[in-house]
Amino acid sequence: MGRDQNDEGSGHARPSGFAAVALGRLRPATIPLLAVVLGVILGAVLMVSVGANPFDAYGAMLEGALGGNDQFGRTLEKATPLVMGGLAVAFAFKAGLFNIGGQGQLLLGASFAAWAGFTFDMPAIIHIPFALLVGGLAAALLGGLVGYLKAYRGTHEVISTIMLNFVAANLTDWLASLDGPWGDPVATNPSRLARTPLVNGSAEIPHVGGLPLGFLVAVAAAIVCWWLLERTTTGFEIRTVGANRHAAKYAGIRVARVTILAMAISAFLAGVGGSIETLGVVGRFEPGFNAGLGFDGITIALLARTNPLAVVPAALLLGGMDAGASLMQARTSVEPEIISIIQAFILFFVAAPIAVRWILRRRAGDDEPLQLTTGWGG
Amino acid sequence: MSYEWTRKRLLLLAIGIVLLIAWILAYRWDSGQTTAVASRTVRAAAPLMLGALCGVIGERSGVFNIGIEGQMLFAAFTGFMAASYSGSLLVGMAAGLVGAMVLGLFLAWTAVTLKMDQIIAGTVINIFALGATTFYYVQGRTMPAFPEWSVPGLSELPLVGKMLFQHGPLTFLALVAPFIVYVALFKTRWGLRTRAVGEHPGAADAVGVNVIKKRYINLIIAAALAGFAGLHLLQSASAFNRGMTNGAGFIALAVMIIGRWHPFGAFAGALLFGFFIALQSQLQFNQALDIPPQFFGMIPYVLTIVVLAVAGLNARPPAAGGQVYEKEG
Repeated sequence: MGRDQNDEGSGHARPSGFAAVALGRLRPATIPLLAVVLGVILGAVLMVSVGANPFDAYGAMLEGALGGNDQFGRTLEKATPLVMGGLAVAFAFKAGLFNIGGQGQLLLGASFAAWAGFTFDMPAIIHIPFALLVGGLAAALLGGLVGYLKAYRGTHEVISTIMLNFVAANLTDWLASLDGPWGDPVATNPSRLARTPLVNGSAEIPHVGGLPLGFLVAVAAAIVCWWLLERTTTGFEIRTVGANRHAAKYAGIRVARVTILAMAISAFLAGVGGSIETLGVVGRFEPGFNAGLGFDGITIALLARTNPLAVVPAALLLGGMDAGASLMQARTSVEPEIISIIQAFILFFVAAPIAVRWILRRRAGDDEPLQLTTGWGG
Repeated sequence: MSYEWTRKRLLLLAIGIVLLIAWILAYRWDSGQTTAVASRTVRAAAPLMLGALCGVIGERSGVFNIGIEGQMLFAAFTGFMAASYSGSLLVGMAAGLVGAMVLGLFLAWTAVTLKMDQIIAGTVINIFALGATTFYYVQGRTMPAFPEWSVPGLSELPLVGKMLFQHGPLTFLALVAPFIVYVALFKTRWGLRTRAVGEHPGAADAVGVNVIKKRYINLIIAAALAGFAGLHLLQSASAFNRGMTNGAGFIALAVMIIGRWHPFGAFAGALLFGFFIALQSQLQFNQALDIPPQFFGMIPYVLTIVVLAVAGLNARPPAAGGQVYEKEG
């Protein structure tokens, strides 16, 4: 389609892992860290613009995020779907795919996990994984469809995932509406809200010693993703397709199959993120929850430079901001939406290393540009 | 556009005639409802049309713009605040356009000068606009309402009167915009150069077109169209609400693709989406059918995917779209 020369730049495998990070090879983290610092500074400027003291505001935010066990638990809870959303985007990036449909996949996962949660009665040890799996697989089906359309019909995944976001929003809206199949009956729902019944106790993800167990699931998912991508043949195939689909095809990799698989896994991760939110935090599915989470996943994945292990700290950072925002608003009356502006700044700086380099007058060379766009036509 | 062109035209003509007959029959069956749906179709289609044209100009110049949503939202916000504080609709509209154009300039700076990935650049715009418009929003303000114009005589016509000749000013603008953009893109020097920059920037550069400058100017012009789209949302709602675009900018992208990067395609695509939006609200209003409204809400998106899946392989965007232009030598 005349745009093939662009594919070479889209994937970027950087050998990394526990050992590498532990050895202090932090150089890939320079740009993300600077991006965060610059984002925070610009955020302070905005706070001043509405007459607030940025030190007070950030102080309150920090206290609200880390000030005690409850606050820290809240940060972990907020970070959990962000880890999963970030992993979903990062995983797809590795295959050269841009999954902008985290929102729809998360909604689908959250609603199906709720269904599995309130319909069945099983021992918790089976019920929780079962419900997580149901949510994840529902989302994975959607992702698989996106992968299929990309692989066989040439439909660009950015467009199909955006469209499916709306489809999933409408579908889950209907499922959980009062007249919908999974709606909460009026007997337990006197104010006639659009929502599902509460999940059974056996499906609730508990806290273990103050730590929300869901967060540990998310961390485990990050480790599994890293292992899958860096240490298995499938992961190698995914990264090869991401680096250069034509070379991958030439090397005998079934590109279509890998595309579908990568997109399905990516969506599965987002779906599990929604499931954990339902089973561990909200207790039921309510339409319209967590709007905007798909975008957060993009910021986090890029902040982590698409390394699954680095997704965890990146998500903790944004989760902490989110958790601390309400105390910040209470103390300094700075609107919590400032964090999404800060997030936009961070995303800008992390995606435009040139800008950071220019600001710092740094030497060129040790950062790779992120190039994902390969054309709508496929 | 050669070998299959005549066949495609005949097909389009046939579809058009079938739709026209269906519409006339519907009008004879229930003129009130048909008029309401037709009129609402145009109103719902107008912002999509303008947004899609923003995308068309951007992509024809070689830059993807998934920040249309953010540009629309930001224009609606700046327009509302300015109109509210000044009490003047014209000041508001000017501010709305400036707001969108600033984000158009930002897109040009990031995508062309900083060579940032264009999808990420658009995402930055979307996140920023949603955050900023909520952060700086002041509650409880009102703005002067947009006037409703009806063309004397013509608006009394049966069938098409209300649909084409009785609207707010920005809806009229949206209805003529595709024709203006068509002429500009395909009948002027500017258009020829724009398309050259989008299809083969190297060749355009070789014959003396300044690719960088062209992309800057076009992205700012395109953003003004997104600005009108955002202001159109204000015209319909008469107030600003958080996240009031509600995905309209993304739908505009779909309209652009379904319309194959052509202004008339965008026109038809927007009407298609507008029709389903109008149908959904009319059926919800009537409670005539026992089908959940969410299913009607899904139709345009499912339709987009189906159309792309069926036609996707031969829908060809401008060749240099999404690519950073590096001047040689």
